[in-house]
Amino acid sequence: MSAVAESHSQEHHHGPASGITRWLLTTNHKDIGTMYLIFSFAMFLLGGSMAMVIRAELFQPGLQIVQPEFFNQMTTMHGLIMVFGAVMPAFVGLANWMLPLMIGAPDMALPRMNNWSFWLLPCAFLILVSTLFMQGGAPNFGWTFYAPLSTTYGPPSTTFFIFAIHIMGVSSIMGAINVIATILNLRAPGMTLMKMPLFVWTWLITAFLLIAVMPVLAGVVTMMLMDINFGTSFFDASGGGDPVLFQHVFWFFGHPEVYIMILPAFGVISHIVSTFSRKPLFGYASMVYAVGAIALLSFVVWAHHMFTVGIPLTGQLFFMYATMLIAVPTGVKVFNWVATMFRGSLTFEAPMLFAVAFIILFTIGGFSGLMLAIAPADFQYHDTYFVVAHFHYVLVPGAIFGIFAAAYYWLPKWTGHMYDEILAKTHFWLSFVGMNLAFFPMHFLGLAGMPRRIPDYALQFADFNMVSSIGAFLFGATQLLFLFIVVKCVKGGEKAPAKPWEGAEGLEWTVPSPAPYHTFSTPPEVK
Amino acid sequence: MAQEQSYYVPEQSKWPIVATVGLGVTLYGVASIMVNGKQGESTTGAWVMFFIGALIMAYMLFGWFGSVIRESRAGLYSAQMDRSFRWGMGWFIFSEIMFFAAFFGALFYVRVFVVPWLGGEGDKGTTNMLWEGFQASWPLVNNPNPEAYPGPKEVIGPWGLPLINTILLVSSSFTVTVAHHALKAGQRQKLKLWLGATIVLALVFLTLQAQEYVHAYKDLDLTLQSGIYGSTFFMLTGFHGAHVMLGSLMLIVMFVRVSKGHFTGDNHFGFEASAWYWHFVDVVWLGLFVFVYII
Repeated sequence: MSAVAESHSQEHHHGPASGITRWLLTTNHKDIGTMYLIFSFAMFLLGGSMAMVIRAELFQPGLQIVQPEFFNQMTTMHGLIMVFGAVMPAFVGLANWMLPLMIGAPDMALPRMNNWSFWLLPCAFLILVSTLFMQGGAPNFGWTFYAPLSTTYGPPSTTFFIFAIHIMGVSSIMGAINVIATILNLRAPGMTLMKMPLFVWTWLITAFLLIAVMPVLAGVVTMMLMDINFGTSFFDASGGGDPVLFQHVFWFFGHPEVYIMILPAFGVISHIVSTFSRKPLFGYASMVYAVGAIALLSFVVWAHHMFTVGIPLTGQLFFMYATMLIAVPTGVKVFNWVATMFRGSLTFEAPMLFAVAFIILFTIGGFSGLMLAIAPADFQYHDTYFVVAHFHYVLVPGAIFGIFAAAYYWLPKWTGHMYDEILAKTHFWLSFVGMNLAFFPMHFLGLAGMPRRIPDYALQFADFNMVSSIGAFLFGATQLLFLFIVVKCVKGGEKAPAKPWEGAEGLEWTVPSPAPYHTFSTPPEVK
Repeated sequence: MAQEQSYYVPEQSKWPIVATVGLGVTLYGVASIMVNGKQGESTTGAWVMFFIGALIMAYMLFGWFGSVIRESRAGLYSAQMDRSFRWGMGWFIFSEIMFFAAFFGALFYVRVFVVPWLGGEGDKGTTNMLWEGFQASWPLVNNPNPEAYPGPKEVIGPWGLPLINTILLVSSSFTVTVAHHALKAGQRQKLKLWLGATIVLALVFLTLQAQEYVHAYKDLDLTLQSGIYGSTFFMLTGFHGAHVMLGSLMLIVMFVRVSKGHFTGDNHFGFEASAWYWHFVDVVWLGLFVFVYII
């Protein structure tokens, strides 16, 4: 297969430039993918350390470590940084690295714009994080920045936060346009749509979601900006507006956004489960249709975040049933993963461990989502720790485990070395235990009535909170082990063959490990 | 696809990082102008920052588009590359549509739900107890709390200036199409004439729109601060106007390029992209004309 990897084009025979300019000026999808991944891990640690502040304060009842004002800034920034800085860029990084390799393309379709998409992110987060040091402090109204908390009562830094969101939006939209153009236009000859690897499919649909909803987010923060600085009354009822309007527009973005954070993980898990079961994926076509159905449904469920805000009964009924409908395509996916494993010859390397944990724990998060979808029951759960437990169960063992699984699965391809399997398994088990310890008790806390986003709580919640904090510290500390494993893998280790996993399939395994700087300058033929 | 030339992957480029610095500095400047202004502090430094950022952005736009044009004219782009640009522009316009959808959605929600509820009608009519006696109407000239948000005297009717503007924009969509056909047929003089006519129509539209704003502010007390009608009115027409401005700039650049002899009958995607964009602002205007002015 080395003939495939060999470049036939004159202009591609050189390697990367040296020094810092390689990273500042690059147009190479692998360099840009690497930068995305490093950036997202840095943000993961930053957002994670804010979570540690939150859990340290909640270790015991009473105010110990931080003031309530700062606590609110921590919950807000933790959410924003994890969503926009850690999870989304990680998947864009994986897309940058893997999409061209998986579809046999020489690079992303628009390589310079690709680099701009990346560099806008550090710029946006520089502005966002700088609000911590501004007069009045950072945004303190939760990552959902509901009006009027964020408009009438927000700190002065809110305006900077709005522009940071704008820059992130520009970055995401350009990144998504690039992904779509790459997938639709740069596939190797013979790779029809229904032959595309599932990671490519899920990213195609994710990119569509991004282009559809990031502009809506830009719209809603622009309305905030106008309300704050130019006296409009979008979210002020005394001028004929409505604070609930904010929630409608925000969640029209926000609900597809949560699928943006999980769909690429679905793709990753599909590859890994199939590889380590040594069987083709069960029900490929139904997987594609299920992802499409989830994406379409994501546009008509947004008000399930707003059952208690005072929306009409018909609205509650519609959004309740529409939300429950999502369980059907999601169930198809879970069924297919399990059916793929059924009678496979399974082995449990680190990627597979994360993938299996993903299937089980994401399903738990999905079930608590169904509970929350029941409008009458939601009046009890709303704004309690049950909600926090729910979305952390879909995001941590969902999105984050998906990213870890992908990282271990493709690290040999990226670095040319095998990672340390024992350490990686340690990383998995510590993460698994820590994460469940941190988030499972939150279900009980929420059902017992503990509200979210508070620095102090009633005494009967003390035990579970302490358990939760211990779990969080364990999970947080474990991630430093991941950093160590990756650095170790980059520096050396057992040489990885072109295809380190026996059961793996796909074009990315036909190029050597590490993947040369330029691959597929001449497209391979897909049968 | 073996017969196709290999896909062009550009060398290292400084433009993305220049663009990042430019955009970051510009927006940090804008945010500082707003925040400092609101707190009564000096905004001089912020304005300087904004202008420096804007200059960097202008430099970047010239440089980046300049190199794309040079590469295109050097024949580095294959048919496949052309398709990438087409997908890119198409999806960019889709993102713009969704941006406007957010504001149209806000307008519909306010008109269908919020204002009637505040007036005591419908499912959530109890909200009338917030400002008892408030009468729902659209256009909303009497706000629930007129002290906080004094309403406009009247709003702008559809059949004066807005109708003229509609005619101008719709005709400009035709003229740009005639120009496109002329380009495909290789009739350069005709192309210049009709493209020039499109630009003139665009500029007249913008002038009239500016006049309408002056009229609204000076004579009608219809401002951003005059409650939800003014908010939605200026937000929708204002962002549309900004997009018309951007579209006009694109058309002007196309005019310059045509004058320099760029484009051939079968290779002119820059022109087509601008025309697509122009049709997009035209369609948005039709939505505005119907939902903001007429209904």
